[in-house]
Amino acid sequence: MAEAAIASPVRPALDAVGAGDKTSSLSAGQRLALKYFLVAMVLFVAQMLFGLLAGLQFLYPEFLYGVLDFNVNRMVHINAMIVWMLYGFIGSIYWLVEDEAGVELVGAKLANINFWVLTSAVAVVVVVYLVVQVGPGNKMSIWFINEGREYIEAPRWADIGIVVCMGVFFYTVAGTFMKGRWSGISGTLVLDLIALAGLYLAGMFYTTNLSVDQYWWWWVVHLWVEATWEVLVGCIMAWGLMKTLGARREIVTTWLYIEVAMMFGAGILGLGHHYFWIGTPEYWLGIGGFFSALEPIPLVAMVVHAVYDAGRHSFQSRNHPALAWLIAHAFGNFLGAGVWGFIHTLPQINLYTHGTQWTTSHGHLAFFGAYATIVIAFIYIALQRWRGDVWMSGDLADRGWKWKWSLALLNVGMLGMTIALLIAGYEQSFIERAIGGSTWAAYFEGQTQPWFVQGMQWRMIFGVVMTVGLVLLLWDFLTIGRGETRPAKEVHAPGPHVG
Amino acid sequence: MSDVEWWASQDFWRKCAIFVTAGMFLVLILLTFHSLAAITAGQDRVPAYSVINHRIDYVFDEERNMRVPVIGEEAPLFGEVLTEEEAKALVDLGKLTVQAKNCMNCHTLLGNGAYYAPDLTKAWLDPGWGNEQARELLMTMFLKDPKTNARTYGTNRRMPDLGVTDEEVRGVIAFLKWMSAVDTNGFPQGFEPLPQGGS
Repeated sequence: MAEAAIASPVRPALDAVGAGDKTSSLSAGQRLALKYFLVAMVLFVAQMLFGLLAGLQFLYPEFLYGVLDFNVNRMVHINAMIVWMLYGFIGSIYWLVEDEAGVELVGAKLANINFWVLTSAVAVVVVVYLVVQVGPGNKMSIWFINEGREYIEAPRWADIGIVVCMGVFFYTVAGTFMKGRWSGISGTLVLDLIALAGLYLAGMFYTTNLSVDQYWWWWVVHLWVEATWEVLVGCIMAWGLMKTLGARREIVTTWLYIEVAMMFGAGILGLGHHYFWIGTPEYWLGIGGFFSALEPIPLVAMVVHAVYDAGRHSFQSRNHPALAWLIAHAFGNFLGAGVWGFIHTLPQINLYTHGTQWTTSHGHLAFFGAYATIVIAFIYIALQRWRGDVWMSGDLADRGWKWKWSLALLNVGMLGMTIALLIAGYEQSFIERAIGGSTWAAYFEGQTQPWFVQGMQWRMIFGVVMTVGLVLLLWDFLTIGRGETRPAKEVHAPGPHVG
Repeated sequence: MSDVEWWASQDFWRKCAIFVTAGMFLVLILLTFHSLAAITAGQDRVPAYSVINHRIDYVFDEERNMRVPVIGEEAPLFGEVLTEEEAKALVDLGKLTVQAKNCMNCHTLLGNGAYYAPDLTKAWLDPGWGNEQARELLMTMFLKDPKTNARTYGTNRRMPDLGVTDEEVRGVIAFLKWMSAVDTNGFPQGFEPLPQGGS
């Protein structure tokens, strides 16, 4: 057991957060999951904070100029996001692995050490980002400061550390399934993790040729976000639906396979929509346009799947906040990744929109809708168990106003931001590209148009709405289920291997 | 499970998932071999590094219905003709500098990056430099002291002083010149370059 390893600085922190909680009733994997969730939420706060700073700089460019410049704030904003979502995924997998495998976590001690190594590395990387910021134009900067490639800025030493930590994580998860039992969900999950880790390697080299650089860079960025991450959340969504609704295993597993077939069927060659303008041959215009246009189909299927399951079980959920966030996931994924991706994926349109606020609009709603939502849902599932498997269906204390308001504020804030950015993006592609001919003068012409400026202002306002929602969400995490005496509602929870 | 129709069965969809994934991945690998050959520096779509010794024209191609880069007469960068190796070393220094200074989190390169500052794909050819003769000097001055030499076009967004050395500045300009000669299928839309070759 991980009892010894858990006696570390995080234990008092967890105890403080969970005073009166049933920590000792949790398994080793579940306790580890809580630690990952804790760090994920710290990084979520960091993401929001640096997003607010970067958003303010669009409106007041002198704000923090020369101290924390836009490129630093934006890098921390997007890196904190990637890492907190990965922490959320790892936490979710550690949460479900023992239940799904039917045995205790293999290598729990190692997994704990791994958590500390990974978290220390993340902390060092962020401190260097903020303090050192940029280096001279040589390999040392790329190895030790930042790699300067959007989303995968982490310096090379950290890349190697991440790969090692992912290896340990993979060993503990796959080892647990091997010792226990396999299921359709766990099999898909483990294969997906191999692909996910393998793809990261495609981003770990330097080349002078920018076209080759971006070719492989997209293997990491696209094949993570639009393929392997989607399948990963499909796996944890399948488990989540069984646990919150008592959905039948054979139904969710079949749906999972359908989703994998459609997601990889469209998403792997959908990669081509990033190869329109980077120097790659013209056939990518056709291949990328066609397959990426199919990418929304599995996301539509997920909505059908979630609504069908929720309706089939008459919304008899044992965890209302979690179910609400799972539904937010299904719709957010469909709208953000599906619809917002589709609207500018055809090359005829993308020629005008690529590299404008359209992309920002899509990126915000897609990452939030597809990934933030499901991690939040999983944290609710974990909290319910941690607080003693208490009642979390309707009729909560205080009518559950905190979870309902945080759900509303976070989602309304994000939708508002997305629409504001889309309007700015329309304006930008019109003024800068269609009329102005894409010169620097045309770029700035677009940036000073009232519709663009107002778009940035509304983005800021809705960003603040989201921030309020986040504060409320964290408050709810600290309090939900406390003092609740009713046990969790019974749903038809099937055994792990029905049918 | 035998009462389930074949098209709704787990087994059918598991096989679909496996074969579709494997098939698509195989196609991607094959296309990757072809694409990487096509974008190797010195092939038709991506220029050799010594392209910085030449004028880069950006002319309309009737057949493709878009502008394409055309390598013109000799016009060495900073007046010095470089060998292929020297040119590669200089462009490489520029690329390393662009990464180390985190340019991509304000600018876009080939349209990828952040949207706080202009796209750099055709920065070398931007009409904003006025004319060919002034371009190298203006670019150097701007990169060396962006605070003073900023042209913000009314936005007040200025590039921070990134402490680039003289050699790094030459590298960055070489990298930008090389990048402007990459065939980007007409991206960015409607771009008309600085007048080339005139006096």
